[in-house]
Amino acid sequence: MKRVHFGHSPIPYVFVLPQMLIIGVFFLWPSFEAFRLSFFLEDPWGLSNQFVWFDNYWDVISDENYRAVFFSTVIFSAVVALLSIILALLFAVKVDGLLRLSSTYRPFLTWSYAIAPAVAGLIARFLYSPQIGPLYDFLNQFSTDTWFEPRLDAMDAWLVLASGSIWKQISVNFVFLVAGLQAIPRNVLEASLLDNPNGFRRFWSITLPLLAPTLFFLLVINISYAVFETFGVIDTVYPFGPPSGAQTLVYKVYVDGFKGADLGGSSAQSVILMVIVLLLTVVQFRYIEKRVHYT
Amino acid sequence: MFRAILTAAAFLAASTVQAKTEITWWHAMGGQLGETVNEIAKRFNESQSEYQLTPVNKGGYEDTMTSGIAAFRANQQPHIIQIFDAGAATIINAKGAVLPVEDLLSQYGVGFDKSNYIAGVRNFYADNSGKMVGMPFNSSTPVLYYNKEAFQKAGLTLPPATWEDFESRVAPALERAGYVALSQSHSPWIFSENFHSRHNLPLATQNNGFGGLDAEILYNNDAMKTHYSKLVEWQDKGFYKYYGRAWGDNQTPFVQGEVAMWLGSSGSFGGLKESAEFDFGTTYLPYWQAITNEPTGTFIGGAALFAMSGHDDAEYEGVAAFFEFLTNPEIQFYWHRETGYVPITNAAYDLAKTSGYYKENPDAEVGIQQLNLPVGEHSKGYQLGFYVQIREVMYENYDKLFSGSQNVETTFANIEAGGNDLLRKFEQTYR
Repeated sequence: MKRVHFGHSPIPYVFVLPQMLIIGVFFLWPSFEAFRLSFFLEDPWGLSNQFVWFDNYWDVISDENYRAVFFSTVIFSAVVALLSIILALLFAVKVDGLLRLSSTYRPFLTWSYAIAPAVAGLIARFLYSPQIGPLYDFLNQFSTDTWFEPRLDAMDAWLVLASGSIWKQISVNFVFLVAGLQAIPRNVLEASLLDNPNGFRRFWSITLPLLAPTLFFLLVINISYAVFETFGVIDTVYPFGPPSGAQTLVYKVYVDGFKGADLGGSSAQSVILMVIVLLLTVVQFRYIEKRVHYT
Repeated sequence: MFRAILTAAAFLAASTVQAKTEITWWHAMGGQLGETVNEIAKRFNESQSEYQLTPVNKGGYEDTMTSGIAAFRANQQPHIIQIFDAGAATIINAKGAVLPVEDLLSQYGVGFDKSNYIAGVRNFYADNSGKMVGMPFNSSTPVLYYNKEAFQKAGLTLPPATWEDFESRVAPALERAGYVALSQSHSPWIFSENFHSRHNLPLATQNNGFGGLDAEILYNNDAMKTHYSKLVEWQDKGFYKYYGRAWGDNQTPFVQGEVAMWLGSSGSFGGLKESAEFDFGTTYLPYWQAITNEPTGTFIGGAALFAMSGHDDAEYEGVAAFFEFLTNPEIQFYWHRETGYVPITNAAYDLAKTSGYYKENPDAEVGIQQLNLPVGEHSKGYQLGFYVQIREVMYENYDKLFSGSQNVETTFANIEAGGNDLLRKFEQTYR
């Protein structure tokens, strides 16, 4: 066999260079720094440091509070990711089924896409504000004492944070799902209509499997959104910090590192976080993606 | 064209020769406070021709400290940085990050005399040998504000001086008149740190941490546990309400007339004057007669200015000149009047008194009077490492206590354990 050699042009490398630079400067270098710092006790000013092996990791893992934050982050992220996708799917399917006005609904449902997490947080803060928030009043009108108190109660705080985060994310998912639905061949849908008049049954066995690649992609990006980007929502709803029990792992990294100036401890936390997300992504690609059928 | 460039070049060269020495000042004063900071800088720049001071707002206290840390690590640090009380140990213990203000003023300025400063601010930003490292800047102290209309409705005239008085006389009357008697805006600062100062109790071993990095937290004591048991009891009776950890969430109900008394900062005075639509009075932080009959003063909260290391002599001369300018009585009085922060020198306090300012605004004097109360052995301040995080541990546990998911015993056992873990880590880091 004669191997075919194409002339290697440097052009592709030039094109890929800016992206590589960005990854290097904003991801690889900081990750390496975090990894290095997680093995040191270093004063924040960088004047002295000492190598402490895995002490920082041990401190983090043996901290009861950290474990509590870990579990609440898992639950919060799962709820935010799943509800964002499910609600967006509901909207997308309903809008897709409309004969008229579908193009009127779409911009309204994608509107909040343009909103930054911090702004979504501000909106949530106003809606649930004890002074001026309509939702605060609504949730408290059923009982004589203050039943809903997001300034104190962790569950109520989670409700505020989750609804703000989900609302912001639905639009992103909606855009992808509408595109995914439109890519499903019409003839397949028409054929299924002849086979079974039950709408839900057709959705479950025809539409959903054909939508699986989009859903899988959304699952990956929604989990990373729920874990990382909801920080913006938390920090704007609670500039002084959420009530006890309503922190996420990323928020804790920020509090310990940026507010508390504990570099070793917060670096160890961010390395742990990085490993978790890495593992999660591997699991998603190895086990869930196998069940996704690409056309 | 060529001539134009030449002229420009010549102009540039000339202006570099005559350029003033640039001094940068990173601070955490936003809004109205930031305006006042800019005004002070403007007056300094107009008062002399050698230095040009540029104040830069870097966000809140923590943001400013973090920016300063990042800049220092990159060798881009400003000349002056404002660091708040809870972050003081972080910068004072970092050998080589700052030039102590005492050294700065004796080396580059007219010298330094500690006794010029009011008692309450002398010790807070000092190192373990008593040398002043930071220059106290915005200093406030916790005081009690009370709504005079609410008091009238409840048939009361005098605010409570002690917690016993609060419990037996004031709170029940206010409750009957339809008010929540009390809210409070900063549990670590007011109900923990200053609680100890007011009763002259140690909050940590090693002279509240000034004596060495091996200090241990003493918050898990009977006085604290009794006080917080009472607070929980008062919460059930409707005498006290905890609106979460945010400062404003606890202040707003007072401004709106739902709560009759509020424990806040003496620096909140100016803001309250604008926002409250009722007549209010100011008084000292109450104390427990059961603990002491001779209550001592509180200590300051707020922040200090630090001269960061790594600059040249001419620049330090500028920093020293500015610090001297900042402590002169007129500027201090101006700062005091505009913001409600206390004047930090005796001369400035005297000026404020002779000017008749307190005759018109007796409430504005309460903070500084309280700071000038007798200083006890344990009311000079504290200096504890990773204290921002220790406060975080306290907030976590107070949240749980007041939301009913944890009892007083567990709360203080957790604060003690969590606090000491952080102190040991700090000790190891700065060894």
